[in-house]
Amino acid sequence: MAENVKPRVKVPSSASAGETVQIKTLISHQMESGQRRDADGNVIPRSIINRFVATFNGETVIDVVIEPAVSTNPYFEFEAKVPESGEFVFTWYDDDGSVYEDTASIEVS
Amino acid sequence: MERREVLMLGAGAVVALGLPLPAWSAADDAVMAYTGGSDVLEGGVTLDAPEIAENGNTVPIRVSAEGAEEIVVFAIGNPNPGVATFRFGPLAGSQEASTRIRLAETQDVVAIAKMSDGTFHRAVREVKVTIGGCGG
Repeated sequence: MAENVKPRVKVPSSASAGETVQIKTLISHQMESGQRRDADGNVIPRSIINRFVATFNGETVIDVVIEPAVSTNPYFEFEAKVPESGEFVFTWYDDDGSVYEDTASIEVS
Repeated sequence: MERREVLMLGAGAVVALGLPLPAWSAADDAVMAYTGGSDVLEGGVTLDAPEIAENGNTVPIRVSAEGAEEIVVFAIGNPNPGVATFRFGPLAGSQEASTRIRLAETQDVVAIAKMSDGTFHRAVREVKVTIGGCGG
Protein backbone atom coordinates (compact mmCIF):
# COMPACT_ATOMS: atom_id res chain seq x y z
CA MET A 1 0.00 0.00 0.00
CA ALA A 2 2.84 2.34 -0.71
CA GLU A 3 1.18 3.69 -3.85
CA ASN A 4 -1.41 6.48 -3.96
CA VAL A 5 -0.59 7.66 -0.46
CA LYS A 6 -0.71 11.42 -0.37
CA PRO A 7 -0.37 13.47 2.80
CA ARG A 8 -2.03 16.88 3.05
CA VAL A 9 -1.63 19.42 5.83
CA LYS A 10 -3.16 22.78 6.59
CA VAL A 11 -1.05 25.11 8.71
CA PRO A 12 -1.31 28.92 8.91
CA SER A 13 1.63 30.68 7.24
CA SER A 14 2.12 33.19 10.04
CA ALA A 15 1.36 33.67 13.74
CA SER A 16 2.42 35.79 16.68
CA ALA A 17 4.92 34.40 19.19
CA GLY A 18 3.40 31.93 21.65
CA GLU A 19 0.14 31.78 19.74
CA THR A 20 -1.88 28.59 19.48
CA VAL A 21 -2.54 27.57 15.88
CA GLN A 22 -4.98 25.07 14.44
CA ILE A 23 -3.59 22.26 12.31
CA LYS A 24 -5.47 19.86 10.06
CA THR A 25 -3.88 16.80 8.47
CA LEU A 26 -5.16 14.13 6.13
CA ILE A 27 -3.45 11.25 4.38
CA SER A 28 -5.07 9.22 1.64
CA HIS A 29 -4.87 5.59 2.72
CA GLN A 30 -7.37 2.73 2.52
CA MET A 31 -6.79 1.68 6.18
CA GLU A 32 -7.64 -1.97 5.51
CA SER A 33 -8.91 -3.10 8.92
CA GLY A 34 -8.15 -6.83 8.72
CA GLN A 35 -11.83 -7.51 9.50
CA ARG A 36 -13.13 -7.58 5.93
CA ARG A 37 -13.37 -10.64 3.69
CA ASP A 38 -13.00 -10.84 -0.08
CA ALA A 39 -15.50 -12.48 -2.44
CA ASP A 40 -14.02 -15.94 -1.69
CA GLY A 41 -14.41 -15.50 2.05
CA ASN A 42 -10.72 -15.01 2.78
CA VAL A 43 -9.76 -12.35 5.31
CA ILE A 44 -8.15 -9.34 3.65
CA PRO A 45 -4.97 -8.74 5.65
CA ARG A 46 -4.69 -5.65 7.81
CA SER A 47 -2.82 -2.73 6.23
CA ILE A 48 -3.09 0.57 8.05
CA ILE A 49 -1.22 3.66 9.12
CA ASN A 50 -0.43 2.77 12.73
CA ARG A 51 1.16 5.99 14.02
CA PHE A 52 1.11 9.71 13.30
CA VAL A 53 3.51 12.24 14.81
CA ALA A 54 3.61 16.02 14.52
CA THR A 55 6.67 17.97 15.70
CA PHE A 56 7.66 21.63 15.61
CA ASN A 57 11.38 22.46 15.51
CA GLY A 58 12.04 18.94 16.83
CA GLU A 59 9.63 19.10 19.78
CA THR A 60 6.53 16.91 19.89
CA VAL A 61 3.13 18.45 19.37
CA ILE A 62 1.07 15.25 19.21
CA ASP A 63 1.84 11.55 18.86
CA VAL A 64 -1.08 9.31 17.90
CA VAL A 65 -1.23 5.51 18.08
CA ILE A 66 -3.74 4.42 15.45
CA GLU A 67 -5.84 1.25 15.46
CA PRO A 68 -7.84 -0.20 12.54
CA ALA A 69 -10.95 1.59 13.89
CA VAL A 70 -9.68 4.88 12.46
CA SER A 71 -11.44 5.64 9.16
CA THR A 72 -10.09 5.48 5.62
CA ASN A 73 -7.95 8.55 4.82
CA PRO A 74 -7.04 9.26 8.48
CA TYR A 75 -7.80 12.84 9.45
CA PHE A 76 -6.50 14.65 12.51
CA GLU A 77 -7.18 18.13 13.77
CA PHE A 78 -5.33 19.59 16.77
CA GLU A 79 -3.62 22.70 18.10
CA ALA A 80 0.05 23.63 18.45
CA LYS A 81 1.98 26.33 20.29
CA VAL A 82 4.50 28.20 18.16
CA PRO A 83 7.17 29.92 20.29
CA GLU A 84 9.27 30.99 17.28
CA SER A 85 9.46 30.70 13.51
CA GLY A 86 10.15 27.22 12.30
CA GLU A 87 8.99 24.10 10.63
CA PHE A 88 6.35 21.50 11.39
CA VAL A 89 7.22 17.94 10.42
CA PHE A 90 4.36 15.47 10.06
CA THR A 91 5.18 11.75 9.87
CA TRP A 92 2.87 8.80 9.18
CA TYR A 93 4.01 5.19 9.75
CA ASP A 94 2.54 2.43 7.56
CA ASP A 95 2.17 -1.25 8.60
CA ASP A 96 4.29 -2.17 5.56
CA GLY A 97 7.23 -0.16 6.91
CA SER A 98 6.72 2.86 4.66
CA VAL A 99 7.11 6.27 6.26
CA TYR A 100 5.37 9.30 4.75
CA GLU A 101 6.44 12.82 5.62
CA ASP A 102 5.19 16.33 5.00
CA THR A 103 6.45 19.67 6.29
CA ALA A 104 5.06 23.18 6.70
CA SER A 105 6.85 26.38 7.70
CA ILE A 106 5.38 29.11 9.82
CA GLU A 107 6.61 32.70 10.22
CA VAL A 108 6.34 34.00 13.79
CA SER A 109 6.47 37.77 14.34
CA MET B 1 -49.04 -19.72 40.52
CA GLU B 2 -48.45 -21.06 37.08
CA ARG B 3 -48.11 -17.61 35.60
CA ARG B 4 -45.63 -16.61 38.29
CA GLU B 5 -43.48 -19.66 37.59
CA VAL B 6 -43.38 -18.80 33.93
CA LEU B 7 -42.35 -15.25 34.76
CA MET B 8 -39.63 -16.48 37.12
CA LEU B 9 -38.29 -18.80 34.46
CA GLY B 10 -38.24 -15.93 32.02
CA ALA B 11 -36.34 -13.70 34.43
CA GLY B 12 -33.85 -16.48 35.11
CA ALA B 13 -33.24 -16.97 31.43
CA VAL B 14 -32.61 -13.25 30.94
CA VAL B 15 -30.04 -13.21 33.74
CA ALA B 16 -28.34 -16.37 32.48
CA LEU B 17 -28.14 -15.06 28.93
CA GLY B 18 -27.45 -11.47 29.89
CA LEU B 19 -24.24 -12.02 31.84
CA PRO B 20 -21.74 -13.42 29.35
CA LEU B 21 -21.49 -10.49 26.96
CA PRO B 22 -18.14 -11.00 25.22
CA ALA B 23 -18.05 -7.47 23.78
CA TRP B 24 -18.26 -5.97 27.22
CA SER B 25 -15.61 -8.16 28.78
CA ALA B 26 -13.15 -7.60 25.93
CA ALA B 27 -13.64 -3.86 26.21
CA ASP B 28 -13.43 -3.95 29.99
CA ASP B 29 -10.18 -5.89 29.67
CA ALA B 30 -8.84 -3.25 27.30
CA VAL B 31 -9.78 -0.44 29.67
CA MET B 32 -8.39 -2.33 32.67
CA ALA B 33 -5.16 -3.08 30.82
CA TYR B 34 -4.80 0.61 30.12
CA THR B 35 -5.59 1.96 33.58
CA GLY B 36 -3.85 -0.89 35.41
CA GLY B 37 -6.96 -1.29 37.55
CA SER B 38 -6.81 2.26 38.94
CA ASP B 39 -10.01 4.10 39.77
CA VAL B 40 -11.44 5.93 36.79
CA LEU B 41 -13.21 9.18 37.68
CA GLU B 42 -16.18 10.46 35.73
CA GLY B 43 -15.80 13.89 34.12
CA GLY B 44 -12.75 16.02 33.43
CA VAL B 45 -12.71 14.84 29.84
CA THR B 46 -14.99 15.81 26.98
CA LEU B 47 -15.99 13.44 24.19
CA ASP B 48 -18.02 14.88 21.33
CA ALA B 49 -19.65 12.44 18.94
CA PRO B 50 -22.89 12.50 16.97
CA GLU B 51 -25.92 10.97 18.65
CA ILE B 52 -26.81 9.23 15.38
CA ALA B 53 -24.22 8.26 12.77
CA GLU B 54 -25.76 7.30 9.44
CA ASN B 55 -22.51 5.81 8.20
CA GLY B 56 -20.42 3.86 10.70
CA ASN B 57 -17.43 4.01 8.35
CA THR B 58 -16.65 7.58 9.23
CA VAL B 59 -17.92 9.00 12.51
CA PRO B 60 -16.41 12.34 13.56
CA ILE B 61 -15.27 12.53 17.19
CA ARG B 62 -13.47 15.14 19.28
CA VAL B 63 -11.74 14.53 22.61
CA SER B 64 -10.49 17.14 25.00
CA ALA B 65 -9.15 17.07 28.56
CA GLU B 66 -7.26 19.95 30.06
CA GLY B 67 -4.08 18.77 31.75
CA ALA B 68 -4.10 15.34 30.10
CA GLU B 69 -0.90 13.59 29.13
CA GLU B 70 -2.80 11.32 26.82
CA ILE B 71 -6.34 10.42 25.85
CA VAL B 72 -7.33 6.92 24.73
CA VAL B 73 -10.51 6.20 22.78
CA PHE B 74 -12.30 2.84 22.92
CA ALA B 75 -15.27 1.68 20.84
CA ILE B 76 -16.85 -0.86 23.16
CA GLY B 77 -18.88 -2.67 20.48
CA ASN B 78 -16.19 -3.04 17.79
CA PRO B 79 -14.41 -6.36 17.10
CA ASN B 80 -11.30 -4.71 18.61
CA PRO B 81 -12.19 -2.01 21.13
CA GLY B 82 -9.04 0.10 20.67
CA VAL B 83 -9.42 3.16 18.40
CA ALA B 84 -6.59 5.62 19.00
CA THR B 85 -4.25 7.02 21.65
CA PHE B 86 -3.44 10.74 21.55
CA ARG B 87 -0.24 11.72 23.39
CA PHE B 88 0.24 15.43 23.82
CA GLY B 89 3.78 16.82 23.60
CA PRO B 90 5.28 19.98 25.09
CA LEU B 91 4.17 22.03 22.07
CA ALA B 92 0.54 20.90 22.07
CA GLY B 93 -1.61 24.03 21.97
CA SER B 94 -4.35 22.24 23.89
CA GLN B 95 -5.14 18.72 25.02
CA GLU B 96 -7.67 18.32 22.28
CA ALA B 97 -7.91 16.37 19.03
CA SER B 98 -10.45 15.44 16.38
CA THR B 99 -10.55 12.49 14.02
CA ARG B 100 -12.95 10.16 12.23
CA ILE B 101 -13.56 6.60 13.37
CA ARG B 102 -15.31 3.37 12.37
CA LEU B 103 -18.14 1.93 14.44
CA ALA B 104 -19.43 -1.57 13.67
CA GLU B 105 -22.82 -1.01 15.31
CA THR B 106 -24.70 1.14 17.80
CA GLN B 107 -22.50 1.28 20.88
CA ASP B 108 -20.79 3.29 23.61
CA VAL B 109 -17.65 5.21 22.72
CA VAL B 110 -15.37 5.77 25.72
CA ALA B 111 -12.59 8.32 26.16
CA ILE B 112 -10.14 7.86 29.03
CA ALA B 113 -7.74 10.67 29.86
CA LYS B 114 -4.56 10.07 31.81
CA MET B 115 -3.81 13.27 33.68
CA SER B 116 -0.34 14.56 34.52
CA ASP B 117 -1.05 13.78 38.21
CA GLY B 118 -1.56 10.10 37.29
CA THR B 119 -5.35 9.97 37.70
CA PHE B 120 -7.69 8.63 35.04
CA HIS B 121 -10.86 10.34 33.89
CA ARG B 122 -13.55 9.03 31.61
CA ALA B 123 -16.38 10.13 29.35
CA VAL B 124 -18.89 7.93 27.55
CA ARG B 125 -21.15 8.73 24.60
CA GLU B 126 -23.61 6.38 22.95
CA VAL B 127 -23.61 6.58 19.16
CA LYS B 128 -26.48 5.03 17.21
CA VAL B 129 -25.17 3.61 13.94
CA THR B 130 -27.45 3.11 10.94
CA ILE B 131 -24.93 1.37 8.63
CA GLY B 132 -22.08 -0.47 10.35
CA GLY B 133 -18.47 0.28 9.45
CA CYS B 134 -16.41 -2.84 9.95
CA GLY B 135 -17.28 -6.07 8.14
CA GLY B 136 -17.25 -6.59 4.38
